[in-house]
Amino acid sequence: MKLKKLPKKLLFQNAELLDPIKKTNKKGNILLVNGKIADIGIFESPSDVKSIDCNGLTLTHGFCDLHVHFREPGNEDKETLESGSRAALAGGFTRVCTMPNTNPPIDSPESVSYIIEKSKDCPIYIHPIGAVTKGQKGIEISEMGLMNEMGAVAFSDDGLPIQNGLVMRKALEYSTMLGVPIINHAEDDCLRCEGVMNEGIISTRLGLPGNPNIAESTMVYRDLKLAEMTGARLHVPHVSTATSVDHIKHMKSNNNNITAEVTPHHLFFNDESLVNYDTNLKVAPPIRNDISRKAMVKGILEGVIDCIATDHAPHTLHDKETTFDLAAFGMIGLESCFGIVKRVLVDNEGLSLINLVELLTTAPRKIMGFNCDLLKVGTEAELVLFDSNEKWIFDNDNVFSKSINSPFYGQKLTGKIKYTISKGYISEIS
Amino acid sequence: MLSHKHLLGIEDFPREDIQNIIDTAFNFREVLDRPIKKVPSLQGMTVVNLFFENSTRTRISFELAQKRLSADTVNFSASTSSLKKGEGFKDTAQNIEAMKIDAVVMRHPAPGAPKHLTEFIDAIVINAGDGTHEHPTQAILDMMSLQEKFGGIKDLNVAIVGDIDHSRVARSNIYGLVTMGANVTLCGPPNLIPDTIIDLGVAVNYNIDEVIEWADAINVLRIQRERMGIGLIPSEREYRKLFGITEERINRNKKEIVIMHPGPINRGVEIDSGVADSDQAIILDQVLNGVASRMSILYLLLGSKDGDMK
Repeated sequence: MKLKKLPKKLLFQNAELLDPIKKTNKKGNILLVNGKIADIGIFESPSDVKSIDCNGLTLTHGFCDLHVHFREPGNEDKETLESGSRAALAGGFTRVCTMPNTNPPIDSPESVSYIIEKSKDCPIYIHPIGAVTKGQKGIEISEMGLMNEMGAVAFSDDGLPIQNGLVMRKALEYSTMLGVPIINHAEDDCLRCEGVMNEGIISTRLGLPGNPNIAESTMVYRDLKLAEMTGARLHVPHVSTATSVDHIKHMKSNNNNITAEVTPHHLFFNDESLVNYDTNLKVAPPIRNDISRKAMVKGILEGVIDCIATDHAPHTLHDKETTFDLAAFGMIGLESCFGIVKRVLVDNEGLSLINLVELLTTAPRKIMGFNCDLLKVGTEAELVLFDSNEKWIFDNDNVFSKSINSPFYGQKLTGKIKYTISKGYISEIS
Repeated sequence: MLSHKHLLGIEDFPREDIQNIIDTAFNFREVLDRPIKKVPSLQGMTVVNLFFENSTRTRISFELAQKRLSADTVNFSASTSSLKKGEGFKDTAQNIEAMKIDAVVMRHPAPGAPKHLTEFIDAIVINAGDGTHEHPTQAILDMMSLQEKFGGIKDLNVAIVGDIDHSRVARSNIYGLVTMGANVTLCGPPNLIPDTIIDLGVAVNYNIDEVIEWADAINVLRIQRERMGIGLIPSEREYRKLFGITEERINRNKKEIVIMHPGPINRGVEIDSGVADSDQAIILDQVLNGVASRMSILYLLLGSKDGDMK
């Protein structure tokens, strides 16, 4: 990956301009001047500018991931805001929201400000998500108001589901004055028990403790009902079970404040992939069976699930190179995301490329209240160029995260990120 | 020769391999009845017994099997405190392999640990029990004992009674018995039998009296006291009443059935002393067959390349 400052003027020539808002895909040019879009569409190419021939490339909004773990502060051996940014750029992402389960957690305006300050020089836009409760302990709600003022765009105790229904209710009620979403990793701790993988025939065969579907779906249901009662905005992260999708679908029919995401890995894998105890497939919520996986795909195709989020969760080799029961939960996902979801949703399921791009761009931006209309004159360039037909194999060379815990190595993909333009930088992705 | 390099579990072992192991075990059983119980089959080979979990009988059984085959053996018992942090596993394994050993017999509390070990070392790995996953040598010795008693395994009615969910003995027995064509019924409290287990080709019946009437042989699992009181088993007396292999139950049954137990026995909980010590029980034959089975496995995995059994 070559990361450079944008030249004063740069012309993208003959690209397929994919606009997920207007839902159009037309050939055209984009001229950037001082990092902003100066002209767009069919126009005479100015002679004095650097240009990139974009024949065969699609140019669209930079991707947005509202669920990543960049591990800073506290676990800079796994990822930093800087290394995470490079992983994001490699995956076509120009904007991410970082989860607060760092060490210490992001649960005060001071710690929010730390992330904001630290990410100023990063080549992508980084928005901290604050913790719902102090220390992510699930007991006392945190200073959401002050954190929001400082730049926290949402609140979540990700990784540590809020078990106490009253705390969840109070947090949702409190958040209504801020209008930002509460994101609760939906899982009933007691029902999950010691579960390290999906409960089913595979966990029975492997002798590993299972995490049942119902541990998620009952909690999703509780959260949905509390959201309905309080009128708050609820975003359900990494949905993994068919029943959860049903609950969300039912509740969304009369509540506009509910949104949901799914990860590439829950769309791609089923629990049969775990028969060799591959710890890179140990994630929370677990990789479910193929019925659940198909329900996730259907949830996307039917529009019940709003967007794709990677839950990029870097871990060191040491955390993963151990027995399955002891290995850390999580996988990296930014670099492989586009190729994987394109394969599952477009190549296999027939979703249109425009709809896929929407799931990666306007949908997450809407949830977080970010500017969605990016292919417009005067807008700061936040763009991605990809070749939707290029065949490639995902491997170690494609990873820019500090960690390498991906189960996607060796996957044959069609559709590759070529350039990512963000915050005055252009990265050429090889 | 077997179709696998390692013995990680019975699940992937085909019928021919299992039969080969059992038949070879009977040959070694004959060796164990001789005054001089030692053969030179694995002379010059080194086997490490790597035990990350307490074990007395399995470790002794393996060690005896190795000594009877003239292999050099080293015992390593790791402390569980370092294990909890996940430290040492890879390092320990690689260190031991660097000393030029031929096979590792490993017991470990984590399911999949032996598979994990094969990713670091080239030596042959034999699973001596990995958490709640498998205990393949136990299944071999159980099947050998059944064959000894009945002349074959196919079409036998075998019941496994107890905490199926947390039992590696149950899993390995299920795989082996189903592969060998036995009929298997599981019996125990419903919250200790995963509902998906019928996909492995077994039946489930919660009524112990019906199961006793049906069975040719019953494999009685040890009830672990640590399962008591955490919502799994309300009490020992209730367990005994509902699932215990009691003298009354056995005496009431018209047909004489074979009683097996992998040990150690909780007398008066899952099985009465009167049953465990009766002529119907083959528990001590299982122990002897355990040595022969482990000799067979070690021999077939390590030694058969050197020619015929000497």
